[in-house]
Amino acid sequence: MTTTESGAPPAPGGTGPADLQERFEATIARDQRVEPRDWMPDGYRRTLIRQIAQHAHSEIIGMQPEAAWITRAPSLRRKAILLAKVQDEAGHGLYLYSAAETLGVDRAELNDRLLEGRQKYSSIFNYPTLTFADVGVIGWFVDGAAICNQVPLCRSSYGPYARAMVRVCKEESFHQRQGYELLRTMTRGTKAQREMVQDAVNRWWWPSLMMFGPPDENSPNSAQSMAWKIKRHSNDELRQRFVDMTVPQAEALGVTLPDPELRWNEERGRYDFGTPDFDELVRVIKGEGPCNAERMERRRTAHEEGAWVREAAAAHAAKQASRSKRGMAA
Amino acid sequence: MSDTTTPRGDWPLYEVFVRGKRGLNHVHVGSLHAADDRMALTHARDLYTRRNEGVSIWVVRSDLITASTREERDPFFDPSADKVYRHPTFYDIPDDVPHI
Ligand SMILES: [Fe+2]
Ligand SMILES: [Fe+2]
Repeated sequence: MTTTESGAPPAPGGTGPADLQERFEATIARDQRVEPRDWMPDGYRRTLIRQIAQHAHSEIIGMQPEAAWITRAPSLRRKAILLAKVQDEAGHGLYLYSAAETLGVDRAELNDRLLEGRQKYSSIFNYPTLTFADVGVIGWFVDGAAICNQVPLCRSSYGPYARAMVRVCKEESFHQRQGYELLRTMTRGTKAQREMVQDAVNRWWWPSLMMFGPPDENSPNSAQSMAWKIKRHSNDELRQRFVDMTVPQAEALGVTLPDPELRWNEERGRYDFGTPDFDELVRVIKGEGPCNAERMERRRTAHEEGAWVREAAAAHAAKQASRSKRGMAA
Repeated sequence: MSDTTTPRGDWPLYEVFVRGKRGLNHVHVGSLHAADDRMALTHARDLYTRRNEGVSIWVVRSDLITASTREERDPFFDPSADKVYRHPTFYDIPDDVPHI
């Protein structure tokens, strides 16, 4: 909430910079939540704004790859499911913008930063959705990876972010299951359909592993984020969890994952797997992915084409307000 | 944005409160932007109750809320800190006295 402040003045002696810092650190150490109007270090606030905004942008841009299939869904059932899923992603974006705004940044400003390319979104949404099997694989892999990332964020130290994540996680499970169910249906269909599923799996597997970000040794901000308990696990740990979770699901589905190094490691009790092409990740983040330009262009156009709606609504609200004022004066 | 004549941020921020079911209080669930109260309500319905999460919604302009000061442990709450006698555990009653 961004609200006006009243009440007693701050206690003398208890609000110096050192006291504030100490109180903040004690809150983190006790695993309590930091709330919007608490004092917090600038770096903590900046990191949160960047992370939450980029997360919000990812949800919004993330609608596009799947939305492309809404009009071509093979049945009314699949179309209704896909519509609901894409609508959820819009909702996730809005929960997150709402959380970001509690840090004192304006929603319109965040939108500008996205449209001007000053803030990023997840690299995964810069890949194309070539067949309807891609819709299923996105639900299974991309939403599955999102769940791995987001479940620990439900305990993030910043209250509004953690609460937004709780809402998001409740909805993600539907996303992952509808994707997996779609693929199960296809794998029990024709040979061509099974090949379509395997092809989609082959194309999305490595980009999905890249969603967890660069390896820990190249992720300089991670340590600070973990110290602040914004993040709870390292990129590599989350990637490992995703692999461990997904391999048995792939076996149950009857598809192979395109990694010759993938094998169960008895000693570790986890799967060993190959290294994603992190140079590709860097290129896609820099804007050189197959669909970066298309995604941004679509987002810009949608925003511009919606301008008249925003203007009309504002004009209507102003007119209503002046009418009710006149009514009261009479 | 180049072609919008409306000043940006023109849609005010609203806080949203949802009653999950009968018998419960309205609980703050988040915020949203809307041009007016009516739009805030319909947006709140679409955003925060897509899965029957509510039976009633309140929306209120954020700038109309008055709130206590920054730190939860600030002196504003001191008046209640030293009044242990407001709690039932403050009173010593022998164990053999029933129903109290
Ligand atoms: Fe999402
Ligand atoms: Fe999702």
